[in-house]
Amino acid sequence: MSGVVPVAHARKYFFRDGMNMEKEVLKARNIYKSFPGVKALQGVDFTLREGEIHALMGENGAGKSTLIKVLTGVYTKDEGNICLDDKEVSIHSPEAAQKVGISTVYQEISLCPNLTVAENLYIGRDGKIWKNWRSMNKAAKQLLESLDIPAEPTEQLANCSIAIQQMVAIARSVDMKCKVLILDEPTSSLDENEVQKLFGLMLDLKKRGVGIIFVTHFLDQVYAVCDRITVLRDGKLVGEYLISELPRVQLVSKMLGKDMDDLSDIKSIAKKYDGEDSGKEIFSAHELQSNADIKPFDMSVKKGEINGFTGLLGSGRSECVRAVFGADKVIGGYLDKNGKRIKVKKPIDAMKSGIAYLPEDRKNDGIIGELSVRDNIILALQVLKGPFRPFSKAEAQKFAEEYINLLDIKTASADTPIKSLSGGNQQKVILARWLLTHPEYLILDEPTRGIDVGTKVEIQKLVLQLASEGVSVTFISSEIDEMVRTCSRLIVMRDRQKVGELSGDDVSQQKIMSTIAGD
Amino acid sequence: MKIFKKLIGSQIMLPLIALLVLVLFNLIWDPSFFAISLGANNAGDPILKGNLVTIFDYGSELAILAIGMTLVTAASGGQDISVGATIAIAGSVILRIIRGNEVNVDTMKAPLIVAFIAAVVATMLVGAFNGALVSFFKVPPMVATLIMFTAGRSIAGWINNYDNIYIGDPRFKIFGGVVPGFPVPTAIIIALVCMIVIALVLKFTTLGLYAQSVGINEKSAKLNGINPIFVKFLTFVLLGVCCAVCGLIQTSRLGTINYSNISLNIEMDAILAVALGGNALGGGKFNMASSVLGAYIIQFLTVTLYKLDVPSTAISAYKAVVVIILVVISSPVVTKKIKEMKSRRNAKEAARKAGVE
Amino acid sequence: MKRVMALLLVAVMAIACFAACGGKKSDGKIHVGVINNDPSESGYRTANVNDLKAMFGDGNTNNYAGQFFYSLKNDEQIEAAKKMITDGVDYLLLSAADTSGWDGVLKDAKKAGVRVILFDRTIDASADLYESSVVSDMAKEGEMAVAWLASQNLAEYNIIHIQGAMGSAAQKGRTGALDKKVADNANWNMVVQQTATWDANEATKIVASAINAGKSFNVIYAENDGMAQGAVKALDDAGISHGVGKDVIILGFDCNEWALKELKAGNWNYDGQCNPFQAQYLHDIIQKLEKGETVEKQIIMDEKGFDATTITDEDVKKYGI
Repeated sequence: MSGVVPVAHARKYFFRDGMNMEKEVLKARNIYKSFPGVKALQGVDFTLREGEIHALMGENGAGKSTLIKVLTGVYTKDEGNICLDDKEVSIHSPEAAQKVGISTVYQEISLCPNLTVAENLYIGRDGKIWKNWRSMNKAAKQLLESLDIPAEPTEQLANCSIAIQQMVAIARSVDMKCKVLILDEPTSSLDENEVQKLFGLMLDLKKRGVGIIFVTHFLDQVYAVCDRITVLRDGKLVGEYLISELPRVQLVSKMLGKDMDDLSDIKSIAKKYDGEDSGKEIFSAHELQSNADIKPFDMSVKKGEINGFTGLLGSGRSECVRAVFGADKVIGGYLDKNGKRIKVKKPIDAMKSGIAYLPEDRKNDGIIGELSVRDNIILALQVLKGPFRPFSKAEAQKFAEEYINLLDIKTASADTPIKSLSGGNQQKVILARWLLTHPEYLILDEPTRGIDVGTKVEIQKLVLQLASEGVSVTFISSEIDEMVRTCSRLIVMRDRQKVGELSGDDVSQQKIMSTIAGD
Repeated sequence: MKIFKKLIGSQIMLPLIALLVLVLFNLIWDPSFFAISLGANNAGDPILKGNLVTIFDYGSELAILAIGMTLVTAASGGQDISVGATIAIAGSVILRIIRGNEVNVDTMKAPLIVAFIAAVVATMLVGAFNGALVSFFKVPPMVATLIMFTAGRSIAGWINNYDNIYIGDPRFKIFGGVVPGFPVPTAIIIALVCMIVIALVLKFTTLGLYAQSVGINEKSAKLNGINPIFVKFLTFVLLGVCCAVCGLIQTSRLGTINYSNISLNIEMDAILAVALGGNALGGGKFNMASSVLGAYIIQFLTVTLYKLDVPSTAISAYKAVVVIILVVISSPVVTKKIKEMKSRRNAKEAARKAGVE
Repeated sequence: MKRVMALLLVAVMAIACFAACGGKKSDGKIHVGVINNDPSESGYRTANVNDLKAMFGDGNTNNYAGQFFYSLKNDEQIEAAKKMITDGVDYLLLSAADTSGWDGVLKDAKKAGVRVILFDRTIDASADLYESSVVSDMAKEGEMAVAWLASQNLAEYNIIHIQGAMGSAAQKGRTGALDKKVADNANWNMVVQQTATWDANEATKIVASAINAGKSFNVIYAENDGMAQGAVKALDDAGISHGVGKDVIILGFDCNEWALKELKAGNWNYDGQCNPFQAQYLHDIIQKLEKGETVEKQIIMDEKGFDATTITDEDVKKYGI
C-alpha cells in the first residue's frame, strides 16, 4: 500500500525521555462476558501502557467489540476486574468510563452534525465555558491549534470531512483529560491523505502520554503506528506482542488460528470460466448517467469476467454501479443485455434482468437490522418472486440454513436479528441474499470493508469461484491489492469521470496509481 | 412445554401476562365475572350474556382498528390519529345511503351492501389521502393525519347535512346486535372474520415482510426492489378499510350517528393497543396477534373498572395507572434488564453444569 | 395652510370612521353576525344552527342580513368576532365555546357600537358588555325530570344514572337535581352512577356490566338521548323490558325526533327538552332594541318535559330535533 507512514518515522516516538513506557495505565484481567448462546469473552487479559499505541486485533466475532464495550461501560462484564492506574474501577455506563478517563471514538461519529465544531467540543460537559460563545470559540481554537487540527471552531460539523469530524471527536476526548483513548475503526471511511493526518494526531497524543487502543482491519496501518498488538480469537486471548516481534504473516495466522493461504496465490488458483459463451459481452452501459453527479460513462462486462471500478473515495465509482442497478435516478444513456436494450429505472428492473447489487454502505443500504438472518437472506428472492407467492417458513429456513453453511455465517440461529451479528457476518448475509437470486451479473461495492482478514479472503475466493461458474462480477474495493488480485479489467475513475480502462498486465498497483493520478 | 418455552421471551408474553393479571384479579374478586349464559333479547332472539361477551362484543371495533394501525405503524413508523374521524365518515356515508331522503326511516331505502361498499370507497379515499401525504410527500404521519383528524367529523356531518338520523330497520341492526337464531353477537363474528382475513393476507402475501422492511430500513428495502412509497400508501388504505368496517358496526349498534362523539378518542386506544402488544411505535417488526390482544385487554380493563363501580371522575385515572405500568414493563429499559437477568441466570446454570461434568 | 389641511384630514377620517362603525348599512337591513359552535357537536347544535339560519340567514323575511361562523375553538371564535366587528355588523349573537377570554373583544364591540346578545351559553364577562342573554336552565331541566319521576310514585327507586362529560353545564345541572333527591329520600337508591361522556356505546357497556353483576334496578336516568338509547340497547340484549308499564323506566334529554318517537311508542317514559329553538327569542330582543325598548339581562327559555303517556304526534313533529 502506498503512502504508509514509514515504520522508522513511527519509531522515532517510541523511546522518549521522561516517560515510563512500562507504566501500565489500564489493566483488564480475566474478563468474562456472555450473551444468550454466545460466550463473547472468556478470561481475557488486556494491558495498556502509558504513551503507547496498542492494536487490538482479531477476526469478526473474536471479541474485540465486546471487550471495548466492556471497557467503555456499554456492557457490564460478568466477571473479572479492570484497574486504572492500579486502582480497581467499576464502569457501568459510558459516562462513568469518561469520568475515569476512558474515551472512545467510534467508527460512526457520535457527535451532533448540526452544531459547530466548538459546540461539539464542549457540549454536555461541566464548566462555564459553554455559556459564553466567544470564550468557548477561543478555547476551541487553541485546542484545535495545539493538536494541529485544520478546523474552524465556528464551522458546522456536518460541513467538515469525516476525518476532521473524527479528529474533533478525538480532540474532545483529549480535552477531557482522558488517559485511555479507544479508536474503533477510525480509518475505515478515510482516504489515504486523511489517514496520514489522523496518524499524525495519534502520534502527537502518544507523546503526551495518552494510551491509545487502536482497532482496525488494515494491517498496513497497524504496522505503521502501533507499538504493541494484542490478538483475540473466539473470545479468548491469543497473546500480546511487541510489533517488532510479530511479522505480518504470523499476525494473520494468529488471528485465523491457522496458516493462511498466501493471498497472492488466489488469482493463480482460480479457474477461468470456459463455457461456450465465455468472452461474450453480457451487460453494457452506454453513455449512462444518473442524478448523482457523474459524467456519462460506458462500461461492459463479459460472461464470467470480473471487472472493477477503481479510483479514490468520491471519484464516482459507487455512483456508476448504482446507475447500472437503477439505485439512483437514471437521467441519460441506456443499458444493453446481450446486445438488446433493457429498461432499468428502478432496482426491481435490474433485479429482473439478473443484476444483483451489494451496496457500499452496509448499515444504511444493506441490512434490515431488526429482521432475522433468515428474512434478510430471502428478501431479494422473495421480492423477485412477487408479493403473492411468499416462501413458507420451512422453505425460507431451508434457504437460510443452506447459505449459513455455505458461507460459514456465524450466527446463533437463523432467527437471530441481523443487527446483532458482527460486520463480516452481516456482509455474508447480504451476499447470501444476492447469491440466492442466482444473478447473472453481481455488483459488489466494497464487500470487504470493515471486515476481518479471514472473511476478506473468503469473499475474494468466492468471487473468483462465482466467475469461474460463469457469473459476471463488478468488484469495487478501496484496497488496490484486492482489486489487482481479483479483477481482470479495471475502469479507473477520477473526479466523477471515467478516465481509463486497464486490462491484462496493466492491472497492477503501479499502473492503477498512475492512471488515478493522471500521469 | 416446548410451546411454553417459546412463548417466554416472545413479544406476545407481555399482553398475555397483562391479561392473566386481569383474569386472576377478577377471579379472586368475583368468579361470577366470567359467567356466560344463554338468554333471549327483547326481540325474542337467543343471545349470549355475560361480561366476557360484552368485552368481546364491544372490543370488536378496537381489535379491527388495531389490525390496520399495526400495519401503518410498522411501515411508516408513525400512527394515524384520524381513525375516529374516518369512522365518522364511514358511518355517515352508510346512513346517507340507506336513509334515502328521509331522516327517520323504518326500512332501509337502499341495499346495505351498496352502502357498505360506498363507505369502503370513502374510507379508502381518506386512507389514500393520508397515505399519499405520508409516503409521497414524506409528511410525518401524525402531522399528515392531523388534517383528517380536524376535518373528518365536519365532513361526516356535511355528508348528511348534519341531520339527526335514525334507522329503525331491524335488518340494519343485525351488525351491532345478533343474527336471529344465532346467539353470538355479530360484531364478534365480524372481528373474527377480519382477523382471519389479515392472517391469510399475512400468510399468502409478503405484506408483512415488506411492511417491516420498509419500516426498519427504507433505503435497504428500496435497493431490494421493494417500492416503499407503495407499501406505506397501501397500509393507510388498508387501515381505511378497517375504519369502514368499524363504521358499519358502530352505526348499526344504535341506528344513529353523533358526528362529534362517534368513536371519539378511539385512535388513542388503537395506538395503545399496538403499544400494549409490545410493538415498537417507531415502526419495524410487529406481531399482529399481540396488537389484537392488546385491544381486548383495553376493553377488559374498562369493563372491569365498570364492574368495580369505580367513580366516574376517577375512571380515567385508574386506566392511566394501569397503562403506565404496562408501558413501563414493555419499555426497552425494563426488557433489557429482564433479558440481562435471564442471560446471567442461564450463564450461571451453564457454568454449574460444566462444573458438574 | 397646514392647519387647514390637518383639520380637513381629521374631518375626513372622522366621517370615514362614522360610516364604517355606526349606523345601518345603506341596504337598510339589520346586519347580524352569528358565532356558534360547530353543528357537528351534537344533534342539539344542528337544530340550533338550523333554527338561527332560518331566522337570520339567506331568504329570511325579517329584513336581516346575517353572517355565520362555526367553531368549537374559542380563539377561532374570537378572531371571527373581531372580523365581524370590523365588518360593521349591528348585532353580534354569540354562543361561546369557552366561558373566558371574551372581555377584550366585547369591549371592542361596545366601542364600535355593536350590540352583543349571548345565546345558549353565558360567559365570564362584565354584564354591561352585552345587552341580553338567552339560556337554558339546565338545573331546571333536571328538576323537572326528577319531579316527573317522583310523580310516578314507585315504592322504591333503584337508579342507574348515566352522566354526560363531567363538568359540562348540562351534566352538572341534570346530575344536581337527581343527586339531591337521592340524598333526601330513603327509598331512592343510586345503583350505578357512571359517566359515559355522552357516548352511547359506553352507556351500553355500563348498563351491561350492571346487568352482568346481577344488580337490580328499575330506572335509567341518562343525561342525553344517545346514552339513553345505548342503555336501552343493553336492556334489549339482556331481554329486560322497558317503557310504559314495563320493568324499567327510561329517561332521556334533548328531544331528538327519533327519541320522541320511541317515547310515543311507549319504549321510553320521559324526555326532557333542551330548547335549541332560540332564534325567536333573539328576534324579539333585537326588535325591542331597535325600537329603543329595554330588555332583560337574562332570558330563560321555556322548556318542556314529555311524558310517554301524553305526548302527541304533533309534539314529535314540533319539538323533535
